[in-house]
Amino acid sequence: MVDSAVITEEVQKQGSTLLQRLLRRQALWVTVALIVICILMGFLSDSFATVENFSNVTLNFSFIGIIAVGMTAVIITRGIDLSVGSVMGLSGVVCGLVLASGAPIEAGIAAGLLSALACGAVNGYLIAFLNLSPFVVTLGMLSIARSLALVVSNNKMFYEFGPDEDIFVEMGGGSLLGVSNPTWALLILALIFGFMLNFTAWGRHVIAVGSNEQAARLTGVPVKAVKMSVYLLSSLTAGISAIMIVGWMGAVTNALGMTYELRVIASAVIGGADLMGGVGSAFGAVIGAALIEIIRNGLLMAGVDPYWQGAFIGIFIILAVLLERIRHRREE
Amino acid sequence: MSTETHQEDCALGEPFLELRCIHKHFGAIQAVKSVSFTISPGEVIGLMGDNGAGKSTLVNIMAGNYPPSGGEIYMEGKRVHFSKPVHARKNGIEVVYQDLALCDHLSAAHNVFLGQELKKGFGPFRILDSETMYTVAGDLFRELKSETRPRDLVREMSGGQRQAVAIARTRLNSARLILMDEPTAAISVRQVSEVMELIKRLQHDGIAVLLISHRMPDVFAVSERIIVLRRGQIVADKPIACSSPEEVTGLITGAIERA
Ligand SMILES: Nc1ncnc2c1ncn2[C@@H]1O[C@H](COP(=O)(O)OP(=O)(O)O)[C@@H](O)[C@H]1O
Ligand SMILES: [Mg+2]
Repeated sequence: MVDSAVITEEVQKQGSTLLQRLLRRQALWVTVALIVICILMGFLSDSFATVENFSNVTLNFSFIGIIAVGMTAVIITRGIDLSVGSVMGLSGVVCGLVLASGAPIEAGIAAGLLSALACGAVNGYLIAFLNLSPFVVTLGMLSIARSLALVVSNNKMFYEFGPDEDIFVEMGGGSLLGVSNPTWALLILALIFGFMLNFTAWGRHVIAVGSNEQAARLTGVPVKAVKMSVYLLSSLTAGISAIMIVGWMGAVTNALGMTYELRVIASAVIGGADLMGGVGSAFGAVIGAALIEIIRNGLLMAGVDPYWQGAFIGIFIILAVLLERIRHRREE
Repeated sequence: MSTETHQEDCALGEPFLELRCIHKHFGAIQAVKSVSFTISPGEVIGLMGDNGAGKSTLVNIMAGNYPPSGGEIYMEGKRVHFSKPVHARKNGIEVVYQDLALCDHLSAAHNVFLGQELKKGFGPFRILDSETMYTVAGDLFRELKSETRPRDLVREMSGGQRQAVAIARTRLNSARLILMDEPTAAISVRQVSEVMELIKRLQHDGIAVLLISHRMPDVFAVSERIIVLRRGQIVADKPIACSSPEEVTGLITGAIERA
C-alpha cells in the first residue's frame, strides 16, 4: 500500500515535470506566436493566406533555416559561427565556377561542399585544438572566406552551369509534392539533426560540452572532436544552402550570403538555442527561421519600408536574449 | 624513500597505488609538496586538511586530471602516467570530484553514463540505449537510498541528489580505488549514513576508498588510516586507531606539528 502510494506520487511528479519542461521550451512559445501571427495576418491581408505566399515564405526561410540547424549545434556547445554567410558566398562561387567550366554536377557540388568544409575545418581546429575564442576565429573567417570568394570569382557573375545546368537549377528551384526542394532539404536536415541530438552519444556530448566543458572532459567526452564536428556541420549546412540558393537564383556572385549570419543566429536564438550553452533543438532552428520570415513578410505586406528589416531582426535577437536572461534569473 | 619503509607501510600486502614524492605547483603556488603514501587494496583512508591544504589537487593528480610537477606514481609496482582522466578510469580509479563534474542540461542517468553511454544497434547506426541507462541509474540511486529520478535534469536537483549522481557514476565500472572529494558536503544526515554504508560495502568488496571530508565523525567511523595534509605536506599518516579527533584537529590547524 505504501509502495503504491509512493508510485502514484512519483507518476504525478513525473507528469507535472514533463508538462513544466514542455512549457519551459522557448520553441513551444515561438510556435504559438507563429500561429497567432499567421491567424492575425490572415485576417488583415487577403494575399497573406494564399498558397503562393505560403510557398514563397517557406522557400525564403528554408535557406536560412538549413544553416540555422548547423548554427544551433554550434550554439549548444557554447560557441558561435559568424562565418556562415561568407562561407556560403565562397561555397556558392566555387560551385558556380566549377560548373561554369563545364564540369558535371557532382563535381560542382563536391567542390562547393568541400570548400565550405575546409573553412569549417580551419574554424574547428583553431577553436578545439588551439583553444581560441569562437567569436574571434569565426570573425576572422568571415573576412577570409568573403575575400576568397572575391579572389575565386574575380568579381564575375556565374550564370551558366555547364552540361547539367537543368538538373542543378531544378535541384534548388524545383519542388516535389508542392513543397520546394530547399524546404525538403531543411526538413530532412532538421530531422537528422534532431535524431542525432536526442538519440546518439554525439548528441549527448554536444550538450555536455556546452553545459559543463570541464565535466565533459573529466568524464571522457572527446571534447575537441565534438567541437570540431559542430563547426564542420555548421559550414556544411552553409555549403548546402549555398548550392541550393544558387540553383534557385540561377546565378551567383561573390556577394551571396552577405550578412546572412545575423538572420541565421537570430533564427537559432529565437528558436531557443541558449548562447550560454547546453540548450537548443532542431525544431527550434526551423521555427525560429519561420518566425523571422513570417514577420518580415507580414511587415512587407503591411506596407512597412523594407529598409526597416534589419532593425526588426536586430530587435528580435536582443529580445530573445533578454527573455533568456530573465528566465535564467527566475530559475536561480 | 627507501623501499623498506614502504613495505612496512603496507602491512596489507602489495599496495594498489603508490605516490612517491609528488609535487605540484601552479605558478608560484606550491599546492602539493613531496607527498608520498600508499593505498592498499580494500583500504579506506581518510584524508583531512584545511581549505587550500592541497587535497583536491592531490585527487586531481591521482585521477589523471593534472600532471604532477614532479614525483612518480606506481600502480601495483608499475610506473604509470595518467595523462587523461580516462586513463585513470581504465586502470580502475574512479573519482567523485568536489564540484561533482555534472552537466546541468542532461538527465541524471545521462550524467551517470556520460562518456560511456550504453548503445544498441550496429556500426554507424548505433543509438543510445536510454531505457537501460534509466533502469541502471535508477537501481544505483535506490542502492544509495536517494530519491533521485533518472529522467530528471540535473539542473532541477537538490545538492543531495546531485551528489548521488556523482557517486552513482563511480559504480558503473569495476573500480578498485574510489577517490571521494567531499562527497557528503551537501547532503542530509540520512544520506551521509548511506554514503558511509556504501564505503563499508566497497571496502568489503576489496575496493579501496580515499575519503576527503571535513566531518570528523564520518572519517573516524569508516577509515582505517588517516592522512593529514597541511600546506601541501603530509604531517601525519597513521592507523586511525592510534589517533584521535583531538590530535587530528591539532594536526590540521598546526597546533600539533607532526604525528
Ligand atoms: N587550478 C589551479 N590553479 C591555480 N591554483 C590552484 C589550482 N588548484 C588549486 N590551486 C591552489 O592550490 C592550493 C591547494 O588547493 P586545493 O587542492 O583545492 O585545496 P583543498 O582541496 O585542500 O581545499 C590552494 O592554494 C589553491 O588556491
Ligand atoms: Mg578541495
